[in-house]
Amino acid sequence: MNTELIGVIATFIITIVIAIPFGKYIVKVFKGEKTILDFLIPVEKTIFRLCGIDSTKQMNWKQHLIALLSINILWFVYAFIMLLTQGSLFLNPDGNPSMSPDLSFNTAISFVVNCNLQHYSGETGLTYLTQLAVIAFLQFVSAATGIAALIVVFNAMKEKTTEGLGNFFDMFLKSITRILLPVSSIIALILVFNGTPASFAGKDTIHTLQGDTVQVSRGPAAGMIGIKHLGTNGGGWFGANSAHPLENPNYLTNMVEMIAQVLIPLALIFALGFYLNRKKMAYVIFGVMTIGMISFLIPTMIAETSGNPAITKMGIDQSGGSMEGKEVRFGASASAYWSVLTTIISTGSVNSMHDSSMPVSGTMQLLGMMTNAFYGGCGVGILNYYIFMIIAVFISGLMVGRTPEFLGRKIEAREMKIATMIALLHPFLILVGTAISSYMYTKDPSVGWLNNPGYHGFSEMLYEYTSSAANNGSGFEGLGDNNWFWNITTGFVLIIGRFLPIIGPVAIAGILARKKFIPESAGTLRTDTGTFGIMTYAVIMIIAALAFFPALVLGPLAEYFTLYHH
Amino acid sequence: MTPSQNKSLFQKELISEAFIQSFIKLNPKQMIKNPVMFTVEIGTCVMLYVCISILFNNNGSQGSLTYNVVVFFVLLLTLLFANFAEAIAEARGKAQAESLRKTREETPAKKVVDPNKMDSDHLEIIPSSQLKKNDLFFCIEGDTIPTDGEIIHGLATIDESAITGESAPVIREAGGDKSSVTGGTKVLSDRIIVKVTTEPGESFLDKMIALVEGASRQKTPNEIALTILLAGFTLVFIIVCVTLKPFADYANTPITIAALISLFVCLIPTTIGGLLSAIGIAGMDRALRANVITKSGKAVETAGDIDVLLLDKTGTITIGNRKATHFYPAHGIGEKQFIKACALSSISDETPEGKSIIELSGFSKSEFETEDPQFIKFTAETRSSGIDYEAGKIRIRKGASDSIKKLCEKAGNNFPGEIAERVKLISSNGGTPLVVCENEKVIGVIELQDIIKPGIRERFERLRKMGIKTVMVTGDNPLTAKFIAEKAGVDDFIAEAKPEDKMNYIKNEQQQGKLVAMMGDGTNDAPALAQADVGVAMNSGTQAAKEAGNMVDLDNDPTKLIEIVEIGKQLLITRGTLTTFSIANDVAKYFAIVPALFITSIPALQGLNIMNLKTPESAILSAVIFNALIIPILIPLALRGVEYKPIGASALLRRNLIIYGLGGVIVPFIGIKLIDLAVGLFF
Repeated sequence: MNTELIGVIATFIITIVIAIPFGKYIVKVFKGEKTILDFLIPVEKTIFRLCGIDSTKQMNWKQHLIALLSINILWFVYAFIMLLTQGSLFLNPDGNPSMSPDLSFNTAISFVVNCNLQHYSGETGLTYLTQLAVIAFLQFVSAATGIAALIVVFNAMKEKTTEGLGNFFDMFLKSITRILLPVSSIIALILVFNGTPASFAGKDTIHTLQGDTVQVSRGPAAGMIGIKHLGTNGGGWFGANSAHPLENPNYLTNMVEMIAQVLIPLALIFALGFYLNRKKMAYVIFGVMTIGMISFLIPTMIAETSGNPAITKMGIDQSGGSMEGKEVRFGASASAYWSVLTTIISTGSVNSMHDSSMPVSGTMQLLGMMTNAFYGGCGVGILNYYIFMIIAVFISGLMVGRTPEFLGRKIEAREMKIATMIALLHPFLILVGTAISSYMYTKDPSVGWLNNPGYHGFSEMLYEYTSSAANNGSGFEGLGDNNWFWNITTGFVLIIGRFLPIIGPVAIAGILARKKFIPESAGTLRTDTGTFGIMTYAVIMIIAALAFFPALVLGPLAEYFTLYHH
Repeated sequence: MTPSQNKSLFQKELISEAFIQSFIKLNPKQMIKNPVMFTVEIGTCVMLYVCISILFNNNGSQGSLTYNVVVFFVLLLTLLFANFAEAIAEARGKAQAESLRKTREETPAKKVVDPNKMDSDHLEIIPSSQLKKNDLFFCIEGDTIPTDGEIIHGLATIDESAITGESAPVIREAGGDKSSVTGGTKVLSDRIIVKVTTEPGESFLDKMIALVEGASRQKTPNEIALTILLAGFTLVFIIVCVTLKPFADYANTPITIAALISLFVCLIPTTIGGLLSAIGIAGMDRALRANVITKSGKAVETAGDIDVLLLDKTGTITIGNRKATHFYPAHGIGEKQFIKACALSSISDETPEGKSIIELSGFSKSEFETEDPQFIKFTAETRSSGIDYEAGKIRIRKGASDSIKKLCEKAGNNFPGEIAERVKLISSNGGTPLVVCENEKVIGVIELQDIIKPGIRERFERLRKMGIKTVMVTGDNPLTAKFIAEKAGVDDFIAEAKPEDKMNYIKNEQQQGKLVAMMGDGTNDAPALAQADVGVAMNSGTQAAKEAGNMVDLDNDPTKLIEIVEIGKQLLITRGTLTTFSIANDVAKYFAIVPALFITSIPALQGLNIMNLKTPESAILSAVIFNALIIPILIPLALRGVEYKPIGASALLRRNLIIYGLGGVIVPFIGIKLIDLAVGLFF
């Protein structure tokens, strides 16, 4: 086995080893058990007192959603105004300008919804103030929103009929103080020691060996890069994201960043097992998601490490794999692994340029975002998976001869309506968005957003909407996306693609929690078995992946067959 | 079982009726109830338009006329097949119900004109269809009972074979729990006056026929939820197909309308969409074939969910009734004297137990010369029966040990220890002790024994594997009940059951979220029947019981519940497996059609044509033809139902997932390839 592969496997194993105890810790936090960070209780109490919030008040699912949506709206307004006026505010040593309204709209939304689709470049598009007070702030709160929403669903999955599903603000604040802040601080420290800047000074000037001078952007970046991964946000300080040498200086930081971005999604799966005392179910979910991840990873690894046949034909050595758009310090394997992780999880940070990936890898990256349920984003990954479980339970419940029930509650028309709508939403947003942009481009190619027409251009447009709908934030960067069309359309896709998939599962779980609990019998379908796992996997692949088959054929698959079979 | 039951799924006359119905059902007003097939109908209309426009102006951009016409006809066939599936299921259900109804049509009824003069001289002969609710009619030996009713006067032996298929005559009499008569059955002896209990056209059978015919058929909650899911799938594929047009324009790949519609029709779940209502109707039909009339489709569905089954001991778990097997006189009482007392106490006891006591005693009724006998009937309060004679000087009572004990102790006599021992011994051996006392002094014990039905243990084992808890309901004392419960293999029992005990048990189980089924016949069962999630009333039972339950069993067979549960499960399984099959089919269809769509302009996509289909046209045609043909191929399965195996939910899921899921992925690959080999000769 080569070293690069060992590096990837080691990274994955270390992640699991950390994620299991971390999952236990998360459960303790939300069950209110003793943890080492209990010294923060006075801080939390002070925050609640200042905000006038009674953090012990139980909320039903509707109250949770109202709380969640209203604070999100506030953040959006705040972020929009800040970005629009940043040029004239303080902490702007490089003198960067304010954003245009459509770009502010897109950026504000994109960070509120944990997507971090960046239609700007950090070095010139933002100031230190907005990087910290808008971008990094939103990276914390949007991740905490996802975690809190998931804990609401966990509470609803317990074995009792109930209205009260905990207090949203309590769960939200604890997600930040007990989980996101401490862990992202550790990551930031590791990054700082490896060379990531943490300074308020403006651009630095360096003299190269050739004797030229280069202006190098910097700033208080390390802290933000920590939460960017831990919160599955993905928006980088610098335009080149984690391919940038200051954002991701070496193989060690690369490992740390890879571990950081999957850590919470993985830990939350195990947390489900500990929280509900359904460990077997958590392992099955983990298994299905891991199989999903590996089924995308293997083709990507093979494609990236075997190199580009077009370049081989030119007589260039490709023993290091396809290195176009990749960083030499990471290599093809680690870049392949990253590109799969960052797309199945809604991080969207990159350490190589996906636009330059092999067509197979491009397909896998797209599929990762299209399914959006293998590990998935902070909290929301399991929420997406929950929807597929509901559909799988419905069909397989019938197959064992009972009207379907999930964790002791009957699934009826109302829940199916919501689940179907949410499952439908993703293909709807992606395909309709891509259809509109294809139509506009076909009608008038002078709109000029495609540098590569043909299959690859199509993939770029498809990727952009997929990334938006999945709240991923990565891009096939060849697309000229900073214009009103892309800023506005992806902005709306972002909002819908974020909040409906949170509202749906919370609503279903809330409605189910109010229903009478039916104890299990020998005739009940068990949802913690391998068979049910396979069923869920099949539902995800057939509903989420197959709907995109024609689109994938016209994009990366056409590219693949043209590249290899001609 | 009914004589009309037939093995063949497709009878000639039914097929021709269903054939006509398949066309009538093309009416969009009817189609819209089924969103999946309705979209196919729209697609078919669009294809018709395309064909016509090619006829007048063929610029070649939509492919040849023949190709388009063939696509149109295949789509039309898809619709007709789906309609046929529903129509044949309806026709079978109707035929089954009609054959039951025929027996009761237009028989002359002897209506009692004046309720005060209920004799054979004041009768008016009218057709049965004119009998209204609460009318009285008169029946005598040889008459066919014109309609459903309740005997208010008299007793008769009745031949119910027309309804139940059972040739042994049954006794029905006024008062008590066996007072109901069914239209179409025949009076064999004696005379009765019957009160009509239903308005014409509103009997259970009429209601059932209406349910099957679709006029009053409502979708069950589960059907609604499934329809929503299927509509969701349909919507996804509408999006997939509509957006494909701009995608293809971008890629400079013109797509014909025929190809786009074919892709759409193949992807939407037409298989389950076309068979869904047939499956539901077939469920009710299967219940009817088991001689159970269901009042709604929901009841059948709920039956599949049952967690707890309440079964009466007598007739269900044990054969008929208990029989007296031993007489145990008390210390100091002569055996002969005791046996005589036992026989005396049972002279007027018409219960099978009473009769068996006389039988065992060896006396005949005529041997008794008693002075001024007064028979004391059994009541639920005293829980004893007996006789008083010689002007009440001698009082013999027999009954449950605790009630006799109370009786004796009230009179100041003690209850002998040896008798208590004996009672315990009999009980623990599964027998029922009847304690006999004379003038409030215990004189001995009669042992009654139950005979457990052969094979019942295996049936309970099967139920346990389904996850259903069986509960035996009996009037026996707890010791006897326990013995029989263990011997028969039921999970729980309610001993010394009073009607309200049943009710409380049901309520208690329901409180815990369980679904409960029970069977009953008496009026005092009615509240429990109404409370139970599935209440099966026996046809011989009282009108109140029949009204309260949601099913009526024409055979009066207490083990029928087990069959009903399996029918319910089969119904749900058939729905689930065919949905899985239908959706799994999409994988192959994608691989058939999508490469065909683009291969002309992107030849490299030949690599995706893994089935190696001959031409784009033949690939598309093969996929739609497969899609159409699979519906009639699966009709027999939809009508018969997918077999239920009580092997535990997980194993069952694995099994069905392999057969219908994996099978659903593989079968169309083979099917489409085979069809392509044939179609490829022409296109």
